[in-house]
Parts: sequence; structure tokens; C-alpha cells
Amino acid sequence: MSRLRDKPWVLPVSLVVALLLGLLPLPALLQPLRPYWLALVLAYWVIETPDRVGLGIAFASGVIADLLYGGVLGEQALRLVILTFILQRFRARIRFFPMSQQILAIGGLLFNDRIVSAVVHIVVGEPTLPWSYWWAPLLGMALWPLVFVLLDALRFGRRGR
Amino acid sequence: MPPYAGPPVASRQGDAASPLRLLAYLALAITLIVLDDQAGWLSRLRAQANVLVQPVWALAGLPGRLGTQVKDNAASHGQLVTENRELRNQLLIANARLTRLQTAALDNAQLRELLNVAERSGLDVQLAPILDIDLDPVRQRLVLAAGTRDGVHVGQAVIDAGGLMGQVIATTGNSATVLLLTDPDHAVPVTVARNGVRLIVYGRGDTLELRDIPLSAGVEVGDEIVTSGLGGRFPAGFPVGSITALRPDDTHAFLVGELKPAAQLDRGRDVLLLRPGEAIRIPPNLRRDASEAGEPADREPAAHERTQPDASATNPAAGGASDLIPAPSARPLEQQGGSPPAGTPVVPAAGRQPQPSQPQVPQR
Repeated sequence: MSRLRDKPWVLPVSLVVALLLGLLPLPALLQPLRPYWLALVLAYWVIETPDRVGLGIAFASGVIADLLYGGVLGEQALRLVILTFILQRFRARIRFFPMSQQILAIGGLLFNDRIVSAVVHIVVGEPTLPWSYWWAPLLGMALWPLVFVLLDALRFGRRGR
Repeated sequence: MPPYAGPPVASRQGDAASPLRLLAYLALAITLIVLDDQAGWLSRLRAQANVLVQPVWALAGLPGRLGTQVKDNAASHGQLVTENRELRNQLLIANARLTRLQTAALDNAQLRELLNVAERSGLDVQLAPILDIDLDPVRQRLVLAAGTRDGVHVGQAVIDAGGLMGQVIATTGNSATVLLLTDPDHAVPVTVARNGVRLIVYGRGDTLELRDIPLSAGVEVGDEIVTSGLGGRFPAGFPVGSITALRPDDTHAFLVGELKPAAQLDRGRDVLLLRPGEAIRIPPNLRRDASEAGEPADREPAAHERTQPDASATNPAAGGASDLIPAPSARPLEQQGGSPPAGTPVVPAAGRQPQPSQPQVPQR
């Protein structure tokens, strides 16, 4: 990622947009399906630029998200740190996966994220989310190619890589 | 290392994914979770952070506001005309009801004076728009686009046209967070409107639950539940919901009831915030009549004396605050004349029920 000139503003802007998308009002029927935008965007950056985005940024954006969404402080930080760590471990492999396998890997990560969130809720004594919320990782999987291509296009300009 | 191996690229990755750093961050996150759960000094820090978060909320609420604007603009002339006609009819009916309730309120105040009961303080309402954003779905919260600058303060009761919605738990300069009735951390002291049995309503995430109903209390499906005013947080007499189902609890000594909230909790455009207002005053000439003649005065002057709320009701846009009479509780009592009189059944419940001092605000 050295010779290709990428734009430095894309990283912060994409994270802020992901945070805002999480707050966007949805109709009650779609609400359980809200994809975890922040995780998707963070996953892109961890895979593409591991030297810029690591556990620190994952933790910081998680804390900000907790403040924004009014949940348990530290919950999303924990979830995102775990997600980032797993991605960093398997980055070398995931990066060269074909898109279909990448989608599956992201789906697995998002599903794992749901489990972590449920565990945190049970430990803290909060009620867990209804079962319909477990469909959200599927939508997140479906959106992964879109996020990937969009962020790539933004980062390297219109001509692609 | 052989010279052709090149610079050690892999070691860098190994550093980034080192388990030590992971453990450090995990520990940090878990510390945050525990501290937040205990709600100690972190809550103050959180209040500070909310001020920073507020512009982001405003930004996130923008699409929702734009959406309603577009919807407003796209409404056709015919739709607007029919809506206008409907609203005008509703206003007419509401005004007629209001005048009737005013005479009732005045009568009530007079009777209270005759009985030497402490004067009930009046209530004002303030209109506050809802900021259209989705917070964490586990917690039942609402963000209002009105804050301390508009006079909103922590602990205010929030209602809508149907009934009680919740209470304000946090405020910043121009936003306020409302804890809804259905939040698992929330509880309201209530009474059954039909027979005055005192109970507590707990939030259950999506619905409301009425716990520890004595079997002898005579509570039935369909009963209206209103706030009792105990604890002092919520004023008495606001509808909370109606019972949709009753079942015995685990001990089989009490009943557990499910409630349908009276207010529209999922989404509206505006809510009303209650705040103390001036009490209903009895005009001096009426007071003399009542003390001299010893009988309640006739209703004609009563209806005349308080025309002020009418004026504010005919153009609700002005001011935003209008008099509110907590009368809805009186209605079910009047209608159900056949059941035991209102005074007596309070006694059996009084000893058994735990008396909540405050609704539970989220700190465990």
C-alpha cells in the first residue's frame, strides 16, 4: 500500500459515517436487521492497512460508539477489540481469499460478535436482544462486498486500484 | 539470516497481533464495563461526554427530520384539507370536554377546601420534539431535542396524548434522554383505577408487567391502571396502561399481570413534559358563597371564570404550555359504579404492598 496514493481523510470519515449509520432511525420491522456498520468498516481497514488501524483505534471507536448509542460503556469496545484481534491473526489469509470466502469469514466474525455481546449482557445482568437480532450478521455478510468496493474506490480515486 | 530474505516484514504483523496488547485492551474494556455497571464516578464522566456526543446526535437526527419535512411537503392539498377538518372536529370535541372538566376540577377544589385537604398543586405541560435516532435496542430510551436551555430537568415526567411515557434521566444543553416505562430498569407506583388497589408496574423491554397482585385484590383483565402519585416522581392520575392478561406467579400466592401501555411508546413526533404549575384557584366570590350558604356554587360562573386555558387551546402553537387537569383517572371511577365504592378497597392493599419511594433509575 505504498506506491498507490491513498487519501488519508477516508479513514476517519468512514468511521464517523459508520457511527452515524448505526444511529439512523429504521422502521421497527427492519431494526433487528441493522448491520453492524462500524465492525464492517473497521474490518476493511484492519485487513487493508494493518499498520494504521489496530487494537487502539478499535477500542477508541468502540468507546465512542458506546457513548453514542447509550449502551453499557465498554461493551462495543470489547466486541471490536476481539474482532480486530481475530482479523489481525488471520489477516494474511483473509486478504487473499476470494470474495465468497471473505464473505463467509466476515459472517463468522459478525456472528461471533453477537455471541460476545450476548455474553456481556448476561454477565452485566442486562436483558439480551430478541432472537430476531441474530439475523443481522447475514445482512452484514451481504453488505461486505459493497463496503469493500466502495472504500477501495474512495481510497484510490475513481480509477480503482 | 540469509541476505536474500529481505527485511523482516512478518515480525511487524506479529507485533500488531500480540496477545499481550489484546489482553491489555480487553482488561481496559472489562474495567469500563464493570465501572459503568456500578455507576460510580463514571456516571459524571458520562454526563460530560454526553455534551460532546450531542452534535453527533443532532447530525444523525437530520435524515429523520428531512424525511418528515419531505413527507409534509409531499402531502397533497386534499389530504391536508381532510386532515384539517378532522383536527378541527377533534379540537371542538376536546374543547367541549375541557370546559366540562374545568367545572369538575373547580368542584373538586371546592370540596377539597370544605374537607380541609391539602391543596393539590397544578400542572403545566411543555411540548418537546423527539430527536429521531435509534439508540441501543436493549435499553428503552428516547432522545428529545430540548434540554436545560428549554427548562427540561432530570426527573420530569414525560407523557403523550395517551398517557405516561417515562421520565427524563439525563439532560445536556439542548438534548434530554428519556427512560421509557418499558425499560427493564424502570418501575412506576400505580393504582387500579376501578378499585384503588396500589401496585407497581415494571418495565419488561417491550411490554409492562404488574407484579405481586394479591389474589384478593379483585384485579381483572381490562382494568385501567393509573399512576398513584406515591413516591412523588409522577403526579397521580395519569393512565399507564390496561391489563391484557393475568396469570399466577411461581408461588401461586400472587398474580402477575401484563399491561398494554396507554402511551404510544414506539414513535411519535413530540412528547409533553410535565412541570409544576399554579394550582386551580377558587375565585373569591365563589368561596364566600360556599362558606356562607354551605352548598357548592352553581356551575355557570365556574365555566366563565377560567376561560384562559380555552384561549391557549384554540391556538396551541402559541406558548406551547397550557393548563392540564389530571382528570382522566376520575372517569373510570364514575363509569364503574357497580363495583365496591372507591374508598374502602385501599385498606387491604396498603399493608401488603411495598411502597416504592422512587422509580428505579438505572443504578443497581
